[in-house]
Amino acid sequence: MKRKSIKLERTLPYIILTVIGVLFLLPLLWVLIASVDPNANSSIKVPTAFTVDNFKSVLTNPVNIRAFIIGLLLSLGQGLLVVLVAGLAAYPLSRYQMKYKKHFMFTILFMTSLPITAVMVPVYQLFIYMKLQDSLWGTMFFLTAAGLPYAIWMLKNFMDAVPLELEESAWIDGASVWQGLKRIVAPLMIPGICTVGIFTFSGSWGNFFVPYILIQSPEKLPASVTIYQFFGNFGMVEYGKLAAFSILYTFPAIVLYIFSQRFMSQGFSLGGASKG
Amino acid sequence: MVSPSTSVGRTSSPHKSNHKKLVTSLLFLLPSWILLLIFFIGPILLTFYFAFTNLSLTGSEAQATQFVGFSNFVNMFQDPNFRISVIKTIVYLLFSAIVGQQILGFILALLMKEKNPAFRRVIGIIVIAGWVTPEIVVAFCWVAFLNDSGTLNMILQQIGLKPVAWLFTFPMTSVIIANIWHGTAFSMLVFQAALDDVPKSIEEAAVVDGASRFQVLYKIVLPMIKGSVVTNMILVTLQTLGVFTLIYAMTGGGPGTSTQTLPIFMYNQAFVNYQLGYGTAISLILLLIGVLVSLLYLKSMKVKV
Repeated sequence: MKRKSIKLERTLPYIILTVIGVLFLLPLLWVLIASVDPNANSSIKVPTAFTVDNFKSVLTNPVNIRAFIIGLLLSLGQGLLVVLVAGLAAYPLSRYQMKYKKHFMFTILFMTSLPITAVMVPVYQLFIYMKLQDSLWGTMFFLTAAGLPYAIWMLKNFMDAVPLELEESAWIDGASVWQGLKRIVAPLMIPGICTVGIFTFSGSWGNFFVPYILIQSPEKLPASVTIYQFFGNFGMVEYGKLAAFSILYTFPAIVLYIFSQRFMSQGFSLGGASKG
Repeated sequence: MVSPSTSVGRTSSPHKSNHKKLVTSLLFLLPSWILLLIFFIGPILLTFYFAFTNLSLTGSEAQATQFVGFSNFVNMFQDPNFRISVIKTIVYLLFSAIVGQQILGFILALLMKEKNPAFRRVIGIIVIAGWVTPEIVVAFCWVAFLNDSGTLNMILQQIGLKPVAWLFTFPMTSVIIANIWHGTAFSMLVFQAALDDVPKSIEEAAVVDGASRFQVLYKIVLPMIKGSVVTNMILVTLQTLGVFTLIYAMTGGGPGTSTQTLPIFMYNQAFVNYQLGYGTAISLILLLIGVLVSLLYLKSMKVKV
């Protein structure tokens, strides 16, 4: 009797986890199967045939290609700008004791946690005043600014771990601050820079709301918004193509997640992070 | 211990060059300051101004924007739609963020502890897949899953139940479950990291002393990871407070006002009814809630800078 209850106690978590796992998998399965089913509709079913036509037709449509390229440029541009600008800002914050540094860092942390949704209406008004609405550059700069607080905070922490002595010896050899940052500090911070860059890129790639508000011309919309237009004419849509588009659009986010996993895992120990 | 700042003063370089280095590196702050002031702090400050105007995209107000005092706020508090939105937001936050993501994430992390590594990995990947998927695709997966002829109804019919028009009959439950599906992985990862930090020897000692599994969890493990629980709860709440895309793409806030949380209400007033001033007043409320939760977050973090 007792042995039986121990056995149940061992297997029960496996049963519960399997059930949760299956429940989590179900909504995803449809996208995966429908994308290769020539007769896909909204319900999940075993396809009678296998096809890559859905992917082919998404990838040969110039409108989709343009949306992917715009999304890529927007996210890459933002990622690079964020890393560069935040890296520069992190330097004095990491290297010098300054009078208002503490206040500044708290403001940064505070901004990190503000929901971006809450500022979209005033941002839209600001863009009208600055004649920046419908501008991809404007959108990129806004996304960059929105990504900065988190990036400065992270990069400052990564930079704190780079010993100052290395830079000092470069200074003695006649290097300037900028050269020291570029040649000594930056190479040692590659993991931190990658983490912040990947995080920023993924956030921007998956962002629907910001370009949806700030961009009006259909030909300037990134993939995150064009996918919604599939969606808007729901009755007319070919489910297979929509599923294929979803997979292609999700793919970069997954690849980058896998790539960044080993760096990111450090970030989840919130208890540890709050002490540093 | 020698901190970096004091050792700067001790380098062999002459004092003047150190001063120059400080000025140069302070200049490094400039680009971030400019971007943050224009695109982030600027809009936040503008919120306080626009919320008190009748700014509009169309009509006579569009030409001559006027200061209208508190009338946006008076209208807001008299607007039954605003009251509905506040209630919807609270329900959404409570069930999607706190009850759903937080508790499910904790259960997942707890059950996965010390299980077969391959099994752990498979379950972990499935849950994380929902998290990595962009919000708009998540919305789409769930619209298809809950569709009249979608997967869920197909399963129900297989076991002899009647299909349900989920997004019409249970719209709030639908968007809540979709958000739990999307967000739980974050809580799971946070709690996995926290549980790994709990020393095994303490738990074992408690078991030797005759404590039940539940007692170990309740009296030892939970108090030890309290910090992570609080921080995670605040972060998940902030994240859920800002959710727009998922709800907008799944239900558009409807049917009627049944899933109209504050971000959707704000969007409708500003961009569907073109009442930008009124929309900004709602933004301000949303921002103030965000500020309040963020302050709690800062307090709970006890950060050292």
